[in-house]
Formats: sequence, structure tokens, C-alpha cells
Amino acid sequence: MAEERKLKVIIAKPGLDGHDRGAKVVARALRDAGFEVVYTGIRQTPEMIAETALQEDADVIGLSILSGAHLELFPRVVDELKKRGMDDVVLFGGGIIPQDDIPQLEKLGFKGIFGPGSSTLDIIEWVKQNAPRRAA
Amino acid sequence: MVATDLANRLLKGDRWALTRVLTHVENRYAEGRDELRDLYSRSGRAHIVGITGPTGSGKSTLTGALAREYRKRGSTVGIVAVDPTSPFSHGAILGDRIRMQDLTADPGVFIRSMATRGAMGGLAAATSDVVTVLDAAGKDVVLVETVGAGQDEIDIADTAHTTVVINIPGAGDDMQAIKAGILEIADILVVNKADHPAAESVFKQLHIFTDLQRQEGWDVPILKTVAHKEQGITELFDAVQKHRNYLSESGRLKDLRRHRARRQLLVIAQTMLLERAVSASGGELVDELVDAIAAHELDPHSAAERLIAG
Repeated sequence: MAEERKLKVIIAKPGLDGHDRGAKVVARALRDAGFEVVYTGIRQTPEMIAETALQEDADVIGLSILSGAHLELFPRVVDELKKRGMDDVVLFGGGIIPQDDIPQLEKLGFKGIFGPGSSTLDIIEWVKQNAPRRAA
Repeated sequence: MVATDLANRLLKGDRWALTRVLTHVENRYAEGRDELRDLYSRSGRAHIVGITGPTGSGKSTLTGALAREYRKRGSTVGIVAVDPTSPFSHGAILGDRIRMQDLTADPGVFIRSMATRGAMGGLAAATSDVVTVLDAAGKDVVLVETVGAGQDEIDIADTAHTTVVINIPGAGDDMQAIKAGILEIADILVVNKADHPAAESVFKQLHIFTDLQRQEGWDVPILKTVAHKEQGITELFDAVQKHRNYLSESGRLKDLRRHRARRQLLVIAQTMLLERAVSASGGELVDELVDAIAAHELDPHSAAERLIAG
């Protein structure tokens, strides 16, 4: 009886801001939607996030950031993932991210950006739609 | 002969291959079974240490601290951290890594989180296979952290060579020490949060317990730790090494291996038989029998006999 593959989502907070209430709410909501969610904790370097994604073989990574350093840190996470052969991971972001920056993040591969006031239902739906049906 | 490409790459130290093999094995894919076949003969070298204890007792912090102690001495470390799956949503929060953040960047450490996915013994069904893969990947020691364990989550004793049971102050009276269960599987007992005023009384109760229950040839040590301050960790490391030496010198290691082999064989065969019976009979027979049992028309034992007879 091959089990249905459970999708693994990593919720991570890059950079120096220590506000992780939003990240925890998203983690819990995804858990309640049936995902296996690894929460990394705050103050993660891009290397730590990519390394966690590698060790956990993540399907999806959600980055939460409130410090304003997303244009600095998100590309570095993408680079570190590539270095590790993890370029098939689905990426989304959340936090305080100005509208003007979204196209740039989309180009990097962050197809979903969820700002303040986003509904967890929308996030769950987005992850379900975008999570890969990776063969193996 | 290593037949699969991923197993080959894993044996050459490719961490990407390692993580994919772990996913195959955890999800019970056919590839995973092939890869395990390739890897099993390369496993059996790592010392496997189980770390168990109640929720909030400091298992993850202690596991991280012990891993650091191994790293100081140049040993490579695999960590398997198990957290519970929600019985309702079937999702899980895997949060043990938070207590081991500094280890993430260390290439000599590989941490994998697992959800129990309905298994009741404190581990996931595939934990033992995940340990085998990390072992084959060349980790000198594999630390296995169970879910928060109460009294009966004792599967770890069948997976680990050395089982460390953590106790904390303020969790019950001396009645707890004479009940059956988790204390009995300890090769090493730890009182974590030993800087708490009530720690001394737990320490004494555990001494009463170990006086009553002796393992032949091995005196279960009782250690005090304050994991988040890294106190008592060297002593814990030494105790694990001492137990490891005891196992190999006394011949107990061979017994343990045989015991584990028998259990694995029987558990896997049981699962296979069940899968065959269910797939041979089709889903309808299962539904039919479930209905009959639920309506109290047929007892579950007779129903199971019919299911297996096909």
C-alpha cells in the first residue's frame, strides 16, 4: 500500500526581525490543511534555510519577512537552493512587502506573495494549487 | 552490487541523493525499497542512540547538545526527529529543528524530521528504515528523538542501541517510578532541568527505581543535565560511550541485533500480508466486513479471518 506522498512545507524567517507570529499562524494553518510543516524559527540565514530545505527534502518553502530586506535576502535563498540542487522547490513569501517589489520577486520564482490581511485559506489554496506533483 | 543510481551517489557522499532516498523510504515508494536493498549491507556501523521523554522535557535541546559533543570529537551525526501527526487533519508541525539551529550549517550533521503518520509507539513506521539510510550514508552516530512520550511509547528500545530516557522535576510522585513502561527501557536515565529545586527528589526517586530494577551486567546511570546551558552533556556522552562498549564487550550487541532483526522481519511481513489480503479481496470485502462488525452482526475476529481467507 504505497502511502500518498505528504507534502512538506518549510516556513522560515530570514534575516534579523524577530516577529514570527504570522509565520506561526501560517504554519499552523498549513498543518490543519494536512501538510507536514517544518518551522525553522527566527533569524535564519539563506544558507540555513536552503540547508534545511535540502535535509528535509522540502516541496514548498514559505519565507516570512518584516524587516524590509526581502530584495536582499530572497535572491540569496534562491541562490543557495540552486547550489544544493533544490531548484524544483515551490516558493512563496509573506510579510511587509511593497507592491512595487512583487514583480521582481515573481521573476525570482516567488509566485505567491501574501501581505498583511491575507487569509490563511487563500494561502492554503495557493499552496495546494502550486505544490508540485513531483514524481519522486 | 549497488543497482540504483541514487544509492550509488549517496554512498559517494551526495547529500541531495541522501535526502531523496530518505523521501522514497519515508513514503514507502518502490524506489525506496530498491535503494534500501542496495544500502542495507552498508549499514550496521553507526551507533544508534534513542532519546525519549515527556513533552517539554528538553529532548530536542538535549539531542542538539549531544550532537555537538560528538562533533567536538570529530564524529559525524545523523539526527531523526519525530513529531506527532494530527489525528484530525493528518498534518504535522515538525518543530524540533528550532532547538538545533546552529547544527544546520554543519556539513557533518544531517537532520531529518518525521511525522508519526498514525503510528502509536513514539516513532514513525519508517523511522527504522530512515536510520538505516543515515547509517549507510556513513554517519558515525544516529540520534533518534521520539515524540513526547508518556508511559507506553517504547518502540525506540527496538530501534536504538542505547536508549536515554529523560525525566523532569515536578511530573508526578514516586508512584510513577514503580509503574511499568518507559523507565524500564532506559539504558541511561537523565534528570534534565536539574537546576530546578524539585530535581533532587526526582533524582532520588529514580535511584529507588534503579535499585529495584537491575539490568544484568549494566548499572543504569542517573545523570543530571541542564541541556540549554550544556551542563552535564560531557557526562552523558561518556555514559553513552560506556554503554556502547558494554554492549560490544558483553555480547549484548549481537542479541540486540537479532532481536531487532526478528522484530523488523515480523512487522514488515505482517504489513505485507495485510496489504496482500486487502488488495486481493478488493475494497468491497473490507467495507462489507466493516459494516457487519459495526452493526454487531459479525465479531471482528471472524471478520479478520474472512478477510485473510480472501
